Amino acid sequence: MASALTLACPVPLAPKDRILLGHGSGGKLSAALVNDLFLPLFRNPVLDCLEDQATLSVPGSRLAFTTDSFVVKPLFFRGGDIGSLAVHGTVNDLAMGGAEPLFLSAGFILEEGFEMEKLRRITESMAAAARDAGVLIVTGDTKVVERGGADGIFINTAGIGRVREGLSLSAANARPGDRILVSGTLGDHGITILAEREGIGFDSDLRSDSAALHRLTADMLAASTQIRCMRDPTRGGLASSLNEIAARSGVGMALNEESILIRDEVRGACEMLGLDPLYVANEGKLVAIVAPEDADAVLQAMLRNPLGRNASIAGTVTATNPGYVTIRTSFGTSRIVDMLSGDQLPRIC
Amino acid sequence: MRFVDEYRDPVLAEKLVADIRRRVTRPWVIMEICGGQTHTLMRYGIDELLPAQVELAHGPGCPVCVTPLEIIDKAVEIAARPGVIFVSYGDMLRVPGSRTDLFQVKAEGGDVRIAYSPMEAVAIARRNPDRAVVFFAVGFETTAPANAMAVWQAKLEGLRNFSLLVSHVLVPPAIRLLLDSPLNRVQGFIAPGHVCAVMGYTEYEELAARYRIPFVVGGFEPLDLLEAIRMLVIQLEEGRADVENQYVRSVTRAGNVPARNRTLDVFEVADRKWRGIGEIADSGYRLRPEFAAFDAEKVFGVSATHADEPPECIAAQVLQGLRKPVDCPMFGNRCTPECPMGAPMVSSEGACAAYHRYRHFHTEVAA
Repeated sequence: MASALTLACPVPLAPKDRILLGHGSGGKLSAALVNDLFLPLFRNPVLDCLEDQATLSVPGSRLAFTTDSFVVKPLFFRGGDIGSLAVHGTVNDLAMGGAEPLFLSAGFILEEGFEMEKLRRITESMAAAARDAGVLIVTGDTKVVERGGADGIFINTAGIGRVREGLSLSAANARPGDRILVSGTLGDHGITILAEREGIGFDSDLRSDSAALHRLTADMLAASTQIRCMRDPTRGGLASSLNEIAARSGVGMALNEESILIRDEVRGACEMLGLDPLYVANEGKLVAIVAPEDADAVLQAMLRNPLGRNASIAGTVTATNPGYVTIRTSFGTSRIVDMLSGDQLPRIC
Repeated sequence: MRFVDEYRDPVLAEKLVADIRRRVTRPWVIMEICGGQTHTLMRYGIDELLPAQVELAHGPGCPVCVTPLEIIDKAVEIAARPGVIFVSYGDMLRVPGSRTDLFQVKAEGGDVRIAYSPMEAVAIARRNPDRAVVFFAVGFETTAPANAMAVWQAKLEGLRNFSLLVSHVLVPPAIRLLLDSPLNRVQGFIAPGHVCAVMGYTEYEELAARYRIPFVVGGFEPLDLLEAIRMLVIQLEEGRADVENQYVRSVTRAGNVPARNRTLDVFEVADRKWRGIGEIADSGYRLRPEFAAFDAEKVFGVSATHADEPPECIAAQVLQGLRKPVDCPMFGNRCTPECPMGAPMVSSEGACAAYHRYRHFHTEVAA
């Protein structure tokens, strides 16, 4: 019998002494960073809810509060730029909690030498996105670091929204029998960014889906009081969002491959690059867990909104396989849709 | 989507499965060599569709998995050196050597870059004449021509700052090793389609004749594999041992002659160590002496150090199709894709990783 010592992993892949790119992927390494470092040290009852936004009860009102940082490369892409993304991302984190977004902050970390013209374009885009979303950018900060200390521009936005009394959406609320609703095609943002970064040209009009989703969520919440939880599947894609909900609620998630919409351009790129679109980022899509009796009403509300016009019921919450997401293939077999460790890596062959 | 959906048609799949059921009269063990095929089989659950008499054994054809620890250690050592740009296919970065992996080297300041082609590494070398650019040339016969072309091109351009860290392996010697083993259970092979697209399949005709065992050259889509399995079942039931080609849209008997010629201009056959299996004679490529200036092992003088695998790992048996990943006591607990103990768990194409990614709850639910 071997001793416990020899059974230790020879090379732990999540070493504790350096930050790896995988720590920012939305997969297992990201979760470990939050669970092992930030949460134990920052612990409090509001943070412990672990939603995309914190809901704060202050006398007279309920507020949602969130923050997000944006480090996208390239800065400008088809369908948006880092500025519009910084507004949409934070608005969406508020919207997923059912909040009406009200105020944003904007923090800029700029690299010495960054072109003023680009900063102007980005700022104009942020202003337009905030105007369209009906939110005010009410405070901000700028820091400049020496050349090489940042990559052009990083933006942080924080957001405050108002949550209606009695509304409580949480990733811990999913129950067996609930339906999984997805608001449209998956992977548009991630593949657009990848294609521009890698210089892969597509003969198509594929563009980022970056959009503010709070009006869509308002329509959905008006149609039902039985929405358990909503998430915007950004980095890590639909797979990571559903794995999080499955783990938090202690339920299984059974997806139906044929009900998940993926554009041909996205499928084609994923086929070529060896990627799975279920793990590719979206910036204008949401997934909602809805009680079975209200699933159709919520779906109809989504279909009436332009941002939900391709919505579908993509699967069901199950009591079996708790903590796992599975997908039923068109062949009638099923497989696990696991949480990835880090980013998806292109395969050799 | 054209060129994809027609090979994933569930109605046709059902017909193929029904035909396999109709024809099979007794148990057969079929091995797919290539990790890409293992991945497809698991992703679509094709083994679950097949009748119980048809058992699929997963072969050693994952280049990432069989790259020996010593080569990963050399890659890590070279990539960590100042002035080096180390370029690799993405899935090699997460593969642990005996101490660390390339992602960790990158986090510690090494210039490690992901590329889709060795020609990208040549372009990087061209743009960075003061840096030493090394490409991690891993893979079977499929990736060898592009790597050979990169060296050829670098020599043509007089690039003195480009080299390859070579770990190329060949399929037929591994099949010979499996078939020479007294423990062998495999009765028919799905030959790797993309390897055959380069090499053709005359080598497999020699193997089929010598060992009296059938081969079908197979593609990588679910219908390709079902069709290849069907063709093998027919041969086995009829007692034939021929080489047939299912993947006719990509593979010819002669293969890609110019690609193979360029490969042999640059590389020569040599002994190679396979992770999880050991040394196999004449089972890989190394750079020919006239290209020594492009051999990263020589350029950087990295020394071979011996590294041991954990003794509990059953990789050798998994890679020879003797046991299934779930037969391993470490599977899914002490050995996971985040913390692999052995070769087939390290890449998404490895049999253990494919089982873990798509199947592990089957075993947990059953337990």
